[in-house]
Amino acid sequence: MEHITLLLAIVVVTALVFDFTNGFHDTANAMATTISTGALKPKAAVAMSAALNLVGAFLSVEVAKTISGGIINEKGIRTEVIFAALVGAILWNLVTWLLGLPSSSSHALFGGLIGAAVMSAGWSSVNGSTVVTKVLLPAVAAPIVAGVASMLATRLTYRINRNTDEKATAKGYRAGQIASAGLVSLAHGTNDAQKTMGIITLALVTGGVLHPGANPPMWVIVSAGMAIAMGTYLGGWRIIRTMGKGLTELAPPQGFAAQSGAATVILASSHLGFSLSTTQVCSGSVMGAGLGRKGGVVRWSTATRMFIAWGLTLPAAGLVGAGAEFLTGQGTWGVVLVAILLIAGSGFIWKLSRRQPVDHNDVTATVPPAESPAEPAGVVTTAIAAVTPPPTVAAVAADLTATIPAPAPVAPADPARPATV
Amino acid sequence: MHIDWAALGTVFGVSLIVTVGLVGLFTVGIVGLSKQQSAAAGKGNVAVARTTAYLCFALCAAAVAYGINLIVGK
Repeated sequence: MEHITLLLAIVVVTALVFDFTNGFHDTANAMATTISTGALKPKAAVAMSAALNLVGAFLSVEVAKTISGGIINEKGIRTEVIFAALVGAILWNLVTWLLGLPSSSSHALFGGLIGAAVMSAGWSSVNGSTVVTKVLLPAVAAPIVAGVASMLATRLTYRINRNTDEKATAKGYRAGQIASAGLVSLAHGTNDAQKTMGIITLALVTGGVLHPGANPPMWVIVSAGMAIAMGTYLGGWRIIRTMGKGLTELAPPQGFAAQSGAATVILASSHLGFSLSTTQVCSGSVMGAGLGRKGGVVRWSTATRMFIAWGLTLPAAGLVGAGAEFLTGQGTWGVVLVAILLIAGSGFIWKLSRRQPVDHNDVTATVPPAESPAEPAGVVTTAIAAVTPPPTVAAVAADLTATIPAPAPVAPADPARPATV
Repeated sequence: MHIDWAALGTVFGVSLIVTVGLVGLFTVGIVGLSKQQSAAAGKGNVAVARTTAYLCFALCAAAVAYGINLIVGK
């Protein structure tokens, strides 16, 4: 490993950090409904999900050949661009986690990549129509496909079991739900750990450590698998609470229908050639199951907040990615500065989260005021209240500037604007 | 811009049928098992209820195995 430069080392570590945030951000997909219906105890649920993610990481030998699947032109991509993209994706993942909103980690990565690539090589490096077909359209389709499937499944299951005792069937539903949740975890480990391995491998190839087309070294596979599993085990309790309790209240039959629908849609979409985001599929399933039961309600205010977060994912991660790319373009000091800003920003978000921590003990507590996802007072509440598109970007930016002495990620984003219009 | 509506439609159709089918099957299994309990208490046919239930669960298990196969075989 004598050839690994400082920049390359930073990129590898950042990619693993992204993998880690991806893990705890996405625990909710597999385990939120499992926890909220009581199928598994919170700690047992995340442990099982983490183990399956780890197994999943080792299952598939095929590593993602591209990071973005054609969204940006990756020919001759510089290592700094990958780094800047990861910074954007990590910060957006942390902000949405702080607000307890499920949003797609892959879309955050795409956003960061787009921002960094535009800053580095101009708008021509972004393939606009691929953005529509791979990000925007799936974001609309995923909740509809998964929602309709889960809603009909919920209706059917309530119809078939209408003459049976609820208590007698609950155990069976919970067992079925655990199986579906296991499938979702396994698929997540295979897909998303693979993605990080792809990023690290690509960075190593770009840096000249590996020859093009090489398979990832063992240490890359092991560390990517461990990072995603550790993230999963840590548990993104805020997001789990939103998904398991905040969107709707789920009874065991609904939880089973939602999780089975999610598992089916995820597998069907990745094997029939129309990739859908796991997070968006799972959120859609939960809402569908909520609507499928007689008298079931979906809290649309929470759902709306979530949809807005989905819409903001690309631009927000893109702005941070562009800002980070601007700084890394200034030379080694810029790279180091971005690394410091990333650590400071993450630390600040973590500190904000401690004002009202959510952990495995209160994750199933009923979400306090009916219409709110139950977030802390102070800064965070303001940020939530401000979840109308422009203010949130502002709030996010404000968070960053507040942490950081230099107005870094905001100011450099501006020079990109003239190019936009 | 090329949008692959056929793939999207297939995903939608397959997801819908498989989800509803599996959930329905599993529910029939669960209901069969709970009937088995009441059948043991003196009404209905225990053997039929139990066989149906196990058949349903076996089909669901096969579906899960196929799912794992899809994940691994990618």
